[in-house]
Amino acid sequence: MDNRIDVLFREKKENVLTIYFPAGFPELNDTLSILVELEKAGADVVEIGIPFSDPLADGETIEMASQKALQNGISLKLLFEQLKEMRKYVSIPVLLMGYLNPVYRYGIEQFCVDCKAVGIDGVILPDLPMREYRKNYQTIFHKNGLKNVPLITPQTPVERIEELDKEEHGFIYVVASSATTGAKSGISKEQEDYFARIKALQLKTPTQIGFGIADSASFNKACEFTSGAIIGSAFVKAIQNGGELAVNVKNFVEFVKVIK
Amino acid sequence: MDKHRSKYLANEDGYYGDFGGAFIPELLQHNIDELKANWEQIIESDSFQKEYVKLLKDYVGRPSPLYFSQRLSDKYNAQIYLKREDLNHTGSHKVNNTIGQVLIAKQLGKSRIIAETGAGQHGVATATICALMGLECVVYMGATDIARQAPNVARMKMLGAEVRAAESGNKTLKDATNEAIRDWINHPTDTFYVIGSVVGPHPYPDMVAQLQSVISKEIKEQMSQLPNYVVACVGGGSNAAGAFYHFLDNEEVELVAVEAAGMGVETAETAASIAQGNVGFIHGSKTLLMQDEDGQITEPYSISAGLDYPGIGPLHANLYTQKRATVMNATDEEALQAAFELTQLEGIIPALESAHALAALPKLALKPTDVVVVNLSGRGDKDMETYIAKMNS
Repeated sequence: MDNRIDVLFREKKENVLTIYFPAGFPELNDTLSILVELEKAGADVVEIGIPFSDPLADGETIEMASQKALQNGISLKLLFEQLKEMRKYVSIPVLLMGYLNPVYRYGIEQFCVDCKAVGIDGVILPDLPMREYRKNYQTIFHKNGLKNVPLITPQTPVERIEELDKEEHGFIYVVASSATTGAKSGISKEQEDYFARIKALQLKTPTQIGFGIADSASFNKACEFTSGAIIGSAFVKAIQNGGELAVNVKNFVEFVKVIK
Repeated sequence: MDKHRSKYLANEDGYYGDFGGAFIPELLQHNIDELKANWEQIIESDSFQKEYVKLLKDYVGRPSPLYFSQRLSDKYNAQIYLKREDLNHTGSHKVNNTIGQVLIAKQLGKSRIIAETGAGQHGVATATICALMGLECVVYMGATDIARQAPNVARMKMLGAEVRAAESGNKTLKDATNEAIRDWINHPTDTFYVIGSVVGPHPYPDMVAQLQSVISKEIKEQMSQLPNYVVACVGGGSNAAGAFYHFLDNEEVELVAVEAAGMGVETAETAASIAQGNVGFIHGSKTLLMQDEDGQITEPYSISAGLDYPGIGPLHANLYTQKRATVMNATDEEALQAAFELTQLEGIIPALESAHALAALPKLALKPTDVVVVNLSGRGDKDMETYIAKMNS
């Protein structure tokens, strides 16, 4: 079977909306419900965060949400349990995103096998450098049909981006600015120049912009340059303050997908 | 710098055996690449060496004395020397490293310095050099540590540094390090992160070890023979790295690293990362660290804020694995006893961190001919509150 990420980007070249949320948040067993509601509301891709005690690349919103999820009792083992029947209810691509240590502790091979078993399509591990990935992880990822999505930033040299483009990554995660998640919102002229530079490279791999995308204005702006954009912190804020989860999810996705 | 490179030091990719490397998000890659491409060249340049050596001599007061402790020697029936890093300006070995890194930062054209600190010694040493060089300085410190190390907080402020509280986790050194790394991610061009120990992504462990290696270089010059033992405490492991550095290839010298056992290595209230840890990743480095079965990093505990770190530098993880170093530990109580013993026998009040190294003396099977060097990494002024509580208990 084709990887769902590849299938999606083959069919949909623009305005791909990807939503991130941490597993086990706001309540321990909300993971699958949020996933289902996101697909219903019209999200194209979902990234489920694996909460970690020391999320270095994340700002306050996701850090606090991760802490809450850990207090709720989430673990990688439990997450796979929660996602066991996921593919009965969800057909969009689903990725896991997290830090290397919990995955390493779980066992890389076992992690990949379990990802495949529940129907995960890709993995994002920001603190796993590409060099290490290629040397020690790539074979296991491929064997289990998993895409490893790399991150690039305004400082990433063009040669490295072109090297990534030659490989099979599902998509390239374009970090919008040099900042932790949720630290900045809105898109500056400088950032637009950077996005335009990426667009001009005409990469064969789809690109999605993340970090600092929070509403329909920034989502639509990002989509002028790339296949889509990723929203994390703003979505976490939308679901953390109680109320009906399904309604919160639906309202948020509608709020972002407002036609320009 | 010496051309011979010990097999125990980092290889080109920053690995010490299976440990080390640079496990960082792409967001930090540029900063790390910039540092990796330049630091050795800067350190080896004549202008750097001239300024560094001059500051170590005239500003820090190096070489620090190697003091023969007659009364400790009598007590433990061996020949015991103390390397007096406690006499350095700012009160510990930390300044050897901060001078070097701030000079490198200046060479790289950085205008803003950030640092993490536990006990406040590294923060004070960084703030001091920033005052000297007229650079903006922000120090991240866990809120818990801010409360228990008030004199050092005041010193940093008086020196012109801004002290920012880390409010996550247990609010100690690990959390301060997280915040410093986040700050660095958010300031990718003008800021230099001065890491205080031999931890973090390559090339930091290698760079900090080299800047601290002046300790063992002097010990070698100050002795007419090789010692049988070199003893140092380890949190992240910078003073131990400096004390071991030039002895790494002298395999006949036993290197003893003393971890903080807190309430005991068998308890949850400990900071003994080697005794209790497993292989994993912390702050960009593959090393031994304290974690639970889900790979969440656990909160360490020690009476000494400077040893209160859940990981260990990759150099030490490898020295332990290769059996080049002997790893011991000392509990809070043993460290306190050692601190009072040194004070009463020699009139030297040691830092609580260094007291852990002293606490290893009764546990070593010493012979009268054995020559032992204990690295007295810092002085105890900052720990008076803890010592007063002990006297009143």
